[in-house]
Amino acid sequence: MEQRTVTGRAMRAMPLAGLLTGCGGVQSALDPAGFEAEQVARLFWAMLIASGVIWVLVLGLASYAARRRGQPWSQQGASRLIVWAGAVVPTLLLAVLLFYGLRLMPELRAPGGPLRVHVEGEQFWWRVRYHPPGGAPVESANALVLPVGQRVEFSLSTRDVIHSFWVPALGGKMDMIPGRTNRLVLEPTRTGEFRGACAELCGASHALMAFTVRVVEPAEFEAWLAREAAPAAAVEPAAQAGEAAFLANGCGACHSVRGTAARGDIGPDLTHLASRPTIGAGILENSAENRAAFIARVDQIKPSARMPAYGTLPETEIAAIAAWLGTLR
Amino acid sequence: MPDSEDAARRKAQEARLEKTWETPSGWRYWSAVNNTEVGLWYTATSFLFFLFAGALALLVRAQLAVPDNDLISASLYNQAFTLHGTAMMFLFAVPIFEAVAILLLPTMLAARDLPFPRLSAYGYWCFLIGGVFVMGSIFFNAAPDAGWFMYPPLTTDPKLTGIGADIWLLGLSFIEVASIAAAVELIVGVLKCRPPGMRINTMPLYCWYVLIVGGMILFAFPPLIAGDILFELERLAGWPFFDASRGGDPVLWQHLFWIFGHPEVYIVFLPSIALLAMIVPTFARRPIIGYSWIVLAAVGTGFLSFGLWVHHMFTTGLPAISLGFFSAASEAVAIPTGVQIFVFVATMLAGKMTRSTPMLFAAGALAIFVFGGLTGVMVAIAPFDWQAHDSYFVVAHLHYVLIGGMVLPLFAGAYYYYPLIMARKLSDRIGRLVFWLMFLGFNIAFFPMHFTGLRGMPRRVFTYPGGIGWDWLNLISSAGAVLFAAGVLLFTWDAIWGIRRRADSPRNPWGAGTLEWLNPIPGPDYGVRSVPAIASRYPLWDDPELPRRVDEGREYLPDAEEGKRETLVTSVLDARPIQCLRVPGNSFMPMIAAVLTGAVFILTTFHLYWTGLAFGVAAILSILAWLWRGTAMVPEKHEKDIGRGVRLPLYASGIRSVGWWAMFITMTGDMTAFASLVFSYFYFWTIHPVFPPLDAAGLPMGPGLLWPGVALLAALGAWGAMLWARARNTAGQAGGLRLGLLAAVLLALASGGAMLMGPWANGLEPTTHAYPAAVWVLLGWAALHLAVGVIMTLYALARSLAGKLTREHDIDIHNVVLYWHFAAITAVVTLATVALFPLLA
Repeated sequence: MEQRTVTGRAMRAMPLAGLLTGCGGVQSALDPAGFEAEQVARLFWAMLIASGVIWVLVLGLASYAARRRGQPWSQQGASRLIVWAGAVVPTLLLAVLLFYGLRLMPELRAPGGPLRVHVEGEQFWWRVRYHPPGGAPVESANALVLPVGQRVEFSLSTRDVIHSFWVPALGGKMDMIPGRTNRLVLEPTRTGEFRGACAELCGASHALMAFTVRVVEPAEFEAWLAREAAPAAAVEPAAQAGEAAFLANGCGACHSVRGTAARGDIGPDLTHLASRPTIGAGILENSAENRAAFIARVDQIKPSARMPAYGTLPETEIAAIAAWLGTLR
Repeated sequence: MPDSEDAARRKAQEARLEKTWETPSGWRYWSAVNNTEVGLWYTATSFLFFLFAGALALLVRAQLAVPDNDLISASLYNQAFTLHGTAMMFLFAVPIFEAVAILLLPTMLAARDLPFPRLSAYGYWCFLIGGVFVMGSIFFNAAPDAGWFMYPPLTTDPKLTGIGADIWLLGLSFIEVASIAAAVELIVGVLKCRPPGMRINTMPLYCWYVLIVGGMILFAFPPLIAGDILFELERLAGWPFFDASRGGDPVLWQHLFWIFGHPEVYIVFLPSIALLAMIVPTFARRPIIGYSWIVLAAVGTGFLSFGLWVHHMFTTGLPAISLGFFSAASEAVAIPTGVQIFVFVATMLAGKMTRSTPMLFAAGALAIFVFGGLTGVMVAIAPFDWQAHDSYFVVAHLHYVLIGGMVLPLFAGAYYYYPLIMARKLSDRIGRLVFWLMFLGFNIAFFPMHFTGLRGMPRRVFTYPGGIGWDWLNLISSAGAVLFAAGVLLFTWDAIWGIRRRADSPRNPWGAGTLEWLNPIPGPDYGVRSVPAIASRYPLWDDPELPRRVDEGREYLPDAEEGKRETLVTSVLDARPIQCLRVPGNSFMPMIAAVLTGAVFILTTFHLYWTGLAFGVAAILSILAWLWRGTAMVPEKHEKDIGRGVRLPLYASGIRSVGWWAMFITMTGDMTAFASLVFSYFYFWTIHPVFPPLDAAGLPMGPGLLWPGVALLAALGAWGAMLWARARNTAGQAGGLRLGLLAAVLLALASGGAMLMGPWANGLEPTTHAYPAAVWVLLGWAALHLAVGVIMTLYALARSLAGKLTREHDIDIHNVVLYWHFAAITAVVTLATVALFPLLA
């Protein structure tokens, strides 16, 4: 099976000492790059420190109680401990925490815009449609590009089973549930490359349903969106055989490549596949070999995916399709 | 009386008790129904399921030890973690509570047995059959693979999930029935089978917890059973309760599942705390401090646990107001939990602690559980949960809570109670090693997961890519899991083989104060020699002469003159003796009935409906035969001398009988299931702007008013006929009784028929939309209750004709009328909901 790799900043294996406190990673809620993630990470560290103090106090008291030699506490003193340490102090602490924690909610879920992005979960990939203010919708899949410093409004839905949309570095997750459209607002606060994943068990390849997120400057985003909206570039002569094979084998029944005869709506839009860092919904590096492998053995690479494996095609034909897909920038 | 004569008389009494309560030998051993045998089988079986589920966890950890691992397939991985969660919850955590309670409760109450020994045995055999069926499926690659929470539509679509989903639904429904049966048994045991004088505020804390948890099972399991019914109807018949494209909603299942699932957490946690509540005072050498506090806190936890379920659904897009409310409720449950913990700490501070292996496990439990509680406080805050939910942070949290709050206290209990059950102590030396292996292994495995989760690793993934910060954390977790497993295996070795080389434990080896330590070790089959009157919470500390008086047969019920198994029934609050209850003896009937019931569920799984129906009829007949020969027995005399000059009746009916209480408690659970179905109906009302939906002609769908009206009148008539029949019987008119029963049967059949005619005549097609499906399921439920009422009424008629139901011996008619009260309420509420509510809406 292919070595699954992930683009973005590769994490170096850390020494043991840094292990428990290290927080980095392209998919880490503790290395925040979004407004919500920052707020929640701060909340987490505060709660963790408070919890540590409480844990030490409770366990300290218990271990004192177990080792104590000498006069036992009076019934009255012990009862007072139950009331104060068991009921009164926890009530006060929890009230403070609740006040602070819930106060975050309205701000985190305040409306975003003007850019809206619709993401639809599919077994096992992400259908993405950008709705820029005043512009026509732009179709994409499995690779998000977002402008830094803007609150982006996501609408999330699904037609098959429940999925959950999660980019830990930017904010919390939100489920995609058949029959409903949920909303989520993410506000990236720094540029970089991140990774998101499906967080709700959705079938055999739930683990293989990820996506990449690239946060860029607003101007770069506008330029990218304009490119993404355009049809596929004219075919280089060398790749024409690949396009012909793609169409002849019926790939266009499921996939769209705008600017060609492929207008399918069942699988991911491939118009600008070559500009995405990964294929197969965030699981394989976007290389010619991996594209060919995916076409030939998708049933092994991604169990229960709806795409049939095309391993029976001549290898040259598969290679040609993979090469042509590599030209779709 | 001279001493020698007295001694001879005592020997004769002992011989009679011995013979009456003797455990059968050879193959007949499996016909035993006494709590000591059934409790032992139950405990051993659930522990075996624990080991099996643990092995599955090791498989999961082996797969996740390194990134991009292809040790096992995605399909097998999904089956493994689904069965791990399912088995730990349904086949270990809940059953072992019931098993241990069946084993310990009679000893704590100085009772000879629980009131319904054959029901315990039936529950055990159901549990064994259902458990083997569900767990065995993994060897045929047919196990459920969609998580223990089974979210639709992944699980309702037969194209996406195979027979595993049916195995989960039907196998576990079967086990849930057994769990409810055990809960009924335990509640009645605590309420009615205490020794004379053990008032409800004197009983051991363990009994309080059994009572509370039994009650919670009664209100928590039925919503899941109702959900299972809707679920199976969708899978097998296409009724679209959870299908959004046909008016259903997958979120409804999430509500029903978590209304069960969250109390479930406390159902498994409280019984383990109950064990600590027995252990801590023993080693602190003093009574518990704050008896009322801990009881109130446990009751409060029980209540609150039913108001928290939505915190499992914080990411489903519910309105902020719901999130705020359920965040607050989830935080609130920390308070009674804190009180329970500090009751133990206070008791330790006010006593003189002695070191022991049980206390070592208790201390480890505290360290782990408190941390799990603190992370629980974190995930209860909705914004934090948006990040933590469905990540490895939650895996860490829930294992801290369950291993700290359930498994380690259970091991503490095992070390504490082993001498009582198996007559020998487990090794303290090996015990310390077991503890440190488990404690360190656990923390090495699960502490890193908090960070794995916040670094973005979702749960339930069969593989993960290398290089994004999860590699080392996962490898460490897998290593810790191996250590933990080594501790469990070492314990298992000591518990089975290690103890064989040791001598029997002395009587009351820990110097405890509660009644379960009253008996000599090993104890005789009949339990206590005589049933003492109790005046304090720690009778062995407060009355050192008690064991001698009990042993000499100077207390109640020292004999079995008629060779019948007898135990005392006392009043609910102040434990006044009110009846000498004859309990049925060993029988294969419970096993036969369980096999036949199990066959119904298993055959339905494989869509063999007609064979299943035939087995269903056979199961009902076997249960009727069992009831006929083993319940409401007419005694040969009215009352008997139970010693110390007290004479008690041998037969009691109505509110004084244990059967009446069992019926009442069972029907409370039944009403909870019904309420869940009604909830589902109104849930559809809340999500549809037009309700009921319009049919093709543009008119609101519905069952009409005519047939529901007829059904209502006939159901009320049947109920009235039952009341009349009971009154005739009390007046001594057997003819009137039989006439009333016959009238009730005919009216109930008419009512049930009219109920089903309503949607039928009005063309409600259940596969088209969730609304007609909800109407059908409610009316079907009510009609089924009338059908069960008909069977019970015919049974009462047959008992009357056989002379077993008379004016003096009227248990059957009282219990059947009690059933009819509930059936009538079910019918009235159903008909009002489906026929009248649409007029308002």
